Amino acid sequence: MNVAITINGEEVSRDVEPRQLLVHFIRETPGLTGTHWGCDTSNCGACVVLMDGAPVKSCTILAAMCEGHEISTVESLEVDGRLDPVQLGFHERHALQCGFCTPGMLMTARALLNENPDPTEEEIRVAISGGICRCTGYKNIVSAVRWAAEHEAAARQEV
Amino acid sequence: MQTPAPFGYERATSVEGAIAALQRLGPEARLVAGGHSLLPMMKLRLATPEHLVDINDLHELAYIGEKGGELAIGALTRHVELLKSDLLAERFPIFRDAEQVIADPVVRNRGTIGGSLCQADAAEDLSAVCTALKAKCVIRGADGERVVSIEEFHVGPFTTAVGDGEMLTAVRIPIRPGAGSAHEKVGRRAGDWAIAAASAAVWVDGGRIVDAGVALAAVGLTTIHVTRAEELLRGESLSDELFAEAARISSADCSPTADGRGAVDYKRHLAGVLTTRALRRAAARALQQEA
Repeated sequence: MNVAITINGEEVSRDVEPRQLLVHFIRETPGLTGTHWGCDTSNCGACVVLMDGAPVKSCTILAAMCEGHEISTVESLEVDGRLDPVQLGFHERHALQCGFCTPGMLMTARALLNENPDPTEEEIRVAISGGICRCTGYKNIVSAVRWAAEHEAAARQEV
Repeated sequence: MQTPAPFGYERATSVEGAIAALQRLGPEARLVAGGHSLLPMMKLRLATPEHLVDINDLHELAYIGEKGGELAIGALTRHVELLKSDLLAERFPIFRDAEQVIADPVVRNRGTIGGSLCQADAAEDLSAVCTALKAKCVIRGADGERVVSIEEFHVGPFTTAVGDGEMLTAVRIPIRPGAGSAHEKVGRRAGDWAIAAASAAVWVDGGRIVDAGVALAAVGLTTIHVTRAEELLRGESLSDELFAEAARISSADCSPTADGRGAVDYKRHLAGVLTTRALRRAAARALQQEA
């Protein structure tokens, strides 16, 4: 069947088997391998992308279900060579070591800040609880999301 | 790589269309909404439907509202909406209790109440919640609608009263005065299935329990409806001694199995403790409503 999905603002159309999962569609067709394919059981959160703005686990969604929907992947965060504040926060606060969970964590954090620009530590911990990180112990990830929130607030004040 | 076995796929654009598709495609067709129970089972070949009918476009089935003395929840209402709904939190705070601990926020963006109930997994929280609240399930087929109690809806492990060519369209909960409800769950880690969970509801008039609902998750082959505890509670005055006795019944009447989440004795103990806690909170909330 033909499936057309808007990924990072561009329509991607391809013949796929109905059983193709969104994570594989994203990685194979436009070759956007930033989205990681991890546990395959909707536990680890490495495959999180935004579907119409809401974070979802792309290993547990069929590509066919996304026809007509807008998907944003980790590649959409950097614009014209400028990193998203969430990415800068992960850099500043050393919020990754191996980096496998990072794309899912970044997209989950981006969605959180879009909805709640000033989250508490507890709210951040709840938001990222669908992602598993085996390196950082989460502390630096929480710190990075707070960093991003504070810098986005500062940037808004400057404007 | 985990990928489901091949299947045919089509999208429904109306409830009638979904039912017609199920009838046309036969008993090996399944509805899919959030897919967070069905797709993992298909990856493991525990389910091998020949066709999936995608109902994610049936927005008319995504709602929470009051009508005719009942609170109605559309089958396609996602967990995130159940968590956020102030109406639901006011009428039946048990939903917010449960939704805070069902899977994780990302999964809750996709999973639906209809999918949760139709999965009929004994470890699933909303089945216990709906059992305690004495919910009714609306099932639609080509010949119209029928309404069954949640008891009748859950036929057995992973089995419901929804027949071939039928679908669950809504859950309805009677609104009665003096209601208080709560859900208590203990898990190994954030987002995990329960080791045990207890749902409790009481309807109170002048400090006396007019009616009560007690149900347990993850401590048996099906959701455990603790009818003996309900009989004990009905007509009595609220007291910690009464709740402790109800908890003893919960411990006795559940039938957990030993697994990685714990031993049988531990789970029985937990079912009792969580029953007490849920009843206490439900009672406190009922008294707040009365005041």
